[in-house]
Amino acid sequence: MSVSIDDVRHIAELARLGLDDARAAALVRELNDILGHMAVLAKVDTSRLAAAEGVGVGGTPLRPDGGEPDALHRPRESLAPAMRDGFFLVPRLASHEAAGEAAE
Amino acid sequence: MTPPPGVADIASAVQAGTRGPADAVRDAFRRADAVRAGRDGLNLLLWSNEAAAVAEAESLTTAAGTDDADGLLGPLTGVPVVVKDNIATLGLPTTCASRVLDGYISPFEATVVRRLRAAGAVIVAKANMDEFAMGSSTEYSALGPARNPLDPARVPGGSSGGSAGAVAAGIVPLALGSETGGSVRQPAAFCGVVGVKPTYGRVSRYGLVAFGSSLDQVGVLARTVDDAARGLDVIAGPDPHDSTSSPEPVAGYLAPVGALSGFVIGRPKEYFPDTLDARVRERCDAALEHLRRLGAEVREVSLPHTAMAIPVYYIVAPAEASSNLARFDGVRYGPRLSGDGLRGMYEATRSGGFGPEVTRRILLGTYVLSAGYYEAYYKRAMQVRALIADDFRRVFASGVHVLWTPTTPTPAFALGAKSDDPYEMYLSDIFTVTANLAGVPAMSLPVGRVDGLPIGGQLIAAHFAEARMFVAARALEAALGAEAHR
Repeated sequence: MSVSIDDVRHIAELARLGLDDARAAALVRELNDILGHMAVLAKVDTSRLAAAEGVGVGGTPLRPDGGEPDALHRPRESLAPAMRDGFFLVPRLASHEAAGEAAE
Repeated sequence: MTPPPGVADIASAVQAGTRGPADAVRDAFRRADAVRAGRDGLNLLLWSNEAAAVAEAESLTTAAGTDDADGLLGPLTGVPVVVKDNIATLGLPTTCASRVLDGYISPFEATVVRRLRAAGAVIVAKANMDEFAMGSSTEYSALGPARNPLDPARVPGGSSGGSAGAVAAGIVPLALGSETGGSVRQPAAFCGVVGVKPTYGRVSRYGLVAFGSSLDQVGVLARTVDDAARGLDVIAGPDPHDSTSSPEPVAGYLAPVGALSGFVIGRPKEYFPDTLDARVRERCDAALEHLRRLGAEVREVSLPHTAMAIPVYYIVAPAEASSNLARFDGVRYGPRLSGDGLRGMYEATRSGGFGPEVTRRILLGTYVLSAGYYEAYYKRAMQVRALIADDFRRVFASGVHVLWTPTTPTPAFALGAKSDDPYEMYLSDIFTVTANLAGVPAMSLPVGRVDGLPIGGQLIAAHFAEARMFVAARALEAALGAEAHR
């Protein structure tokens, strides 16, 4: 299997990455080179194999879903550009005009 | 400069009152200046605040030299420690050496950092690394490549190259790094220091910026096996903030120097291929001979799926990274670049924020998880990963206590030698990724030099058998003596 320029553009869109034409073309070469080395896995008979479910002894340890949350060491206000009435105010986005106006 | 003191020397001198708690911290900054560890030199250290570090150390002064010292001061009192830049600290930035986290200061602290500070250690700097820990040379840092202090024309390894270099340059006796596929052990080998990757779950990942969540572990780097053990003693153990941390009791890793009678050491043939650098083979086999003379029985063993490890790793790790790094979108962290609408903003921020290797791995991970390719790549890789883990289970069940291998196929390479060929760079990890895929503990320790460049040998043990690994490492270190560094 090999990737085409359309594949690279598609996965870049899925990954929210913008690529110019030169970088997209270079990535076609790079990804195909890397994927070429993965072909060795196709030679393994996996028809009767389960996938790895964890890397520890007996899988991932489980515990009750509890515990105290870790307190922030800086005030919440320092994590956002601004706050009002306990809510974060964030920069306006062109596609969110109404929300942006409400924040002003 | 004289060789810097080790962890126990510093802590015991402070506890006895013969040294001030801030002395070793000030020394660390002087040594960093002397070797030019900053951006204009070796580029090992990214962020530091000497005044804050000294003030924190001096706050430990109250009990020093008093009868209460033993009760109030921890085992790392006054010990300066460097921390990799992907581990959350309160007073210094945590940027993962990436533009996408430029200026980010965490509002919480990693469990490993909190435990170090509770033991009396002082964090003196954050270390350079490959961006988001993706790389094997610390050349992929957005803040410029780090250099090997033993030969600045060569790489220090990666991705914890800044941490390994800081220990090798004598700036600190102890540093934290992180592993996903060998990122502590490989730079340890290239810089001639000790590097330990604990069992998956042995050390909390809380506050370690996630790359490959089923592979990541925090590890320690030190000049000696004992200092590495002292560091791991402090950071190991369960943590309610990390559901994958294990309740398994911490054994205590300081090991006496002794004979290895009754020890069975496996030499896996797949780690000594015909293509192995002859200098690496010679040094590793010489070290194995030391282990044999100490009374260990050496057995040839086989881990037959080793050749599959790099392809499996470079499917699983990018797949997990593509998910973990989705959060860096300009909304919740770091700078935001404007674009056309919401999607344009995401794309501009992420494309401008991530470097070439991170971009490559996100795309690779997105591809192998996407419809039509998941079965052929990701599912198959996870099946073969189970085979790799079974290889280790079988060999340890056969009575082998530890495995002995080279850490890397070659000594440190020149800057730029592999940066144009991603897969060639990936092969630097060929002997280390297996331990991450199987979740078992492993460590690298220096076994000699060739043309002035360090060679690392690797011990691998069964899950949670770190103590046994340290016994063999301590015995080998003592047997090698000065030979390990010449």
